[in-house]
Amino acid sequence: MQDSGISVLFMGSNFLRLLEGLWVTLRISLIAVILSIPLGILFGMFMTLKNPISKAVSRVYLEFIRIMPQLVLLFIAYFGVTRAFGWNLSADASAIIVFVLWGTAEMGDLVRGALISIPKHQYDSASALGMTKIQTFIYVVVPQTMRRLIPLTINLTTRMIKTTSLVVLIGMTEVLKVGKQIIDANRFEYPTAALWIYGVIFLLYFLACWPISILAKKLEKRWR
Amino acid sequence: MENIQLQVSGLIKRFGTETVLNGIDLSVRKGEVVVVLGPSGCGKSTLLRCMNGLEPKSAGTILLDGEEVTSDSKKIAQLRQKIGMVFQSYDLFPHKNIMDNITLAPVKVQKRSKKEVEQDAERLLKRVGLWEKRKAYPRELSGGQKQRVAIIRALCMNPEVMLFDEVTAALDPEMVREVLDVILELAESGMTMVIVTHEMQFARAIADRIIFLDNGKIVENSPPELFFTNPQTQRAKDFLQTFAYEKRRTAIN
Amino acid sequence: MNLNFDFMQKYLPWYLEAAVLTVKIAFFGILLSLLVGVVCSVVQYYRIPVIRRIISVYIEISRNTPLLVQLFFLYFGLPKIGIVWSAEVCAIVGLAFLGGSYMSESIRSGLESVEKSQIESAASLGMSKLLTMKEVIFPQALAVSVPGVCANVIFLITETSVVSGIALADLMYVTKDLIGLYYVTDEALIMLVVFYLIILLPISIIASFIERRLRYAGFGN
Repeated sequence: MQDSGISVLFMGSNFLRLLEGLWVTLRISLIAVILSIPLGILFGMFMTLKNPISKAVSRVYLEFIRIMPQLVLLFIAYFGVTRAFGWNLSADASAIIVFVLWGTAEMGDLVRGALISIPKHQYDSASALGMTKIQTFIYVVVPQTMRRLIPLTINLTTRMIKTTSLVVLIGMTEVLKVGKQIIDANRFEYPTAALWIYGVIFLLYFLACWPISILAKKLEKRWR
Repeated sequence: MENIQLQVSGLIKRFGTETVLNGIDLSVRKGEVVVVLGPSGCGKSTLLRCMNGLEPKSAGTILLDGEEVTSDSKKIAQLRQKIGMVFQSYDLFPHKNIMDNITLAPVKVQKRSKKEVEQDAERLLKRVGLWEKRKAYPRELSGGQKQRVAIIRALCMNPEVMLFDEVTAALDPEMVREVLDVILELAESGMTMVIVTHEMQFARAIADRIIFLDNGKIVENSPPELFFTNPQTQRAKDFLQTFAYEKRRTAIN
Repeated sequence: MNLNFDFMQKYLPWYLEAAVLTVKIAFFGILLSLLVGVVCSVVQYYRIPVIRRIISVYIEISRNTPLLVQLFFLYFGLPKIGIVWSAEVCAIVGLAFLGGSYMSESIRSGLESVEKSQIESAASLGMSKLLTMKEVIFPQALAVSVPGVCANVIFLITETSVVSGIALADLMYVTKDLIGLYYVTDEALIMLVVFYLIILLPISIIASFIERRLRYAGFGN
């Protein structure tokens, strides 16, 4: 009886179904990250503007997105916006919108941090060498910010993957939901299935995120 | 010999494959001031650090009042109360004011009454002219002032031996004097001291004996007058030469 | 937007009760996280063999899995091997499991920022390891760790929103309930946001105040 729970995993296409469920959230996080990167770069540059209005706007946006639990944002997008504007947003679409909004804010803050971390004397010595502003940006600023940004961006991806697990709470059928279905279907023959299924989902998430974190850590060390 | 306070014999220290100290024998009498000179990387600092157990030694013995100094011994904390050490980088505790920096160890380690320690501190701070700064934090002090406080902090433990590791190396030139004066005064009071320094004039003035280290070995061990006027080895001559400048340009006429 | 204020007034107590639960879980979860974080960071700082390896495995696992999945495992999985905890206990344990690693990293970076020469000068004054930790390392580490710890506190409070996933009647749960029961979406969502702001804004403001104070107080040397 004790080891029977694990066999649920290998019955029929159960394991494959779990993987498909995981892909639902992975796909959302990938799309969100890919969209967030360019938007975040723009937002980050926008944040470094000296204009007080743009500063205030970006600040409020960043702080609100940061302080609100992502689940709250998801609820607002899924339940609120749908009704307020009469749009019929699917759970999938609202998830992508929310995670792009969140990703843009986080990415923007990383870009801003990297941009302002470049010491002033770098600009001074570039102009002392006779470089124009654009040349300075291309040859001095971009390479230096890149080194800082790439590991942080990779890290953002793992955060995104972890966060997208929330979509089950707005009713999407992803890996946790699939897991629950499998457990429910085998409730009587395999009462310990929950331990194994949720254990495996735990492991799957770990396997999805861990290599990415390691990569980020390695790059961070090498480029410091 | 009588009155040997610090006895180093056969001291060897290796970092990996590199031998930094290669068989040091040295004894320091009570009240004696020994200045250790030598080119950078010769192991001067390592020798001092071994003497109070900050570096574990690879071989040999170090005895303080006949007690073995070992870095792994539980008794090292006990033993270190008898050896005060002052470092190049002052290392005052930045989160404590001057008075608290000084009283921390005597009160917490030696369990002396705070009042008593504060009286000691007051006397010493007044002597070096820093009594007004007792409530200040280290960041508000100049390097020379910080270093004088660091010396007092070590003195308040009532040590029997003081070790000074290039205590003026990080100071602006005009602050060197005020620190060295404190050490000179300490020498007059009869404190046993081992000093590593690059200040040759100071070394000559304060030392009872000069130890010249090179490549982890004691190359010369002589009274200061002899060492500075008539060094016995070529290496010591070369070393002293690096501190002398000759006029290269002849006057334009 | 026409808001139904009668409705909001009527269900205010629901939200209050839920907010209390959210705060309670967050409070105990964060307290435990700090405890776990201190223990883990000290073990790693002193490089205590074996335990240190176990802790770094824990940190990797904790940082690379979502809280929701951790909670599902604790709440639905573990009972199958006889470990039955109430949803509340699961939520607190889960939060501490997640937060412990974040706290540990923040505290450790503080500990490691204290220069080795500080420790040596404490040693040369005859101070024991414990005394050095208490009087020299820890107070200095604190100044470096606190901003990270504050950020973690806010992060962990927002993370409590996922406990609705294991049927705890927190703010999210009540909101979802009301939307499902009465379809008063706008009102329910506004109250949700307002309640989270009430909980989080003061903490966020205090955190940035502390951070600024620390920056200006910067010890220097």
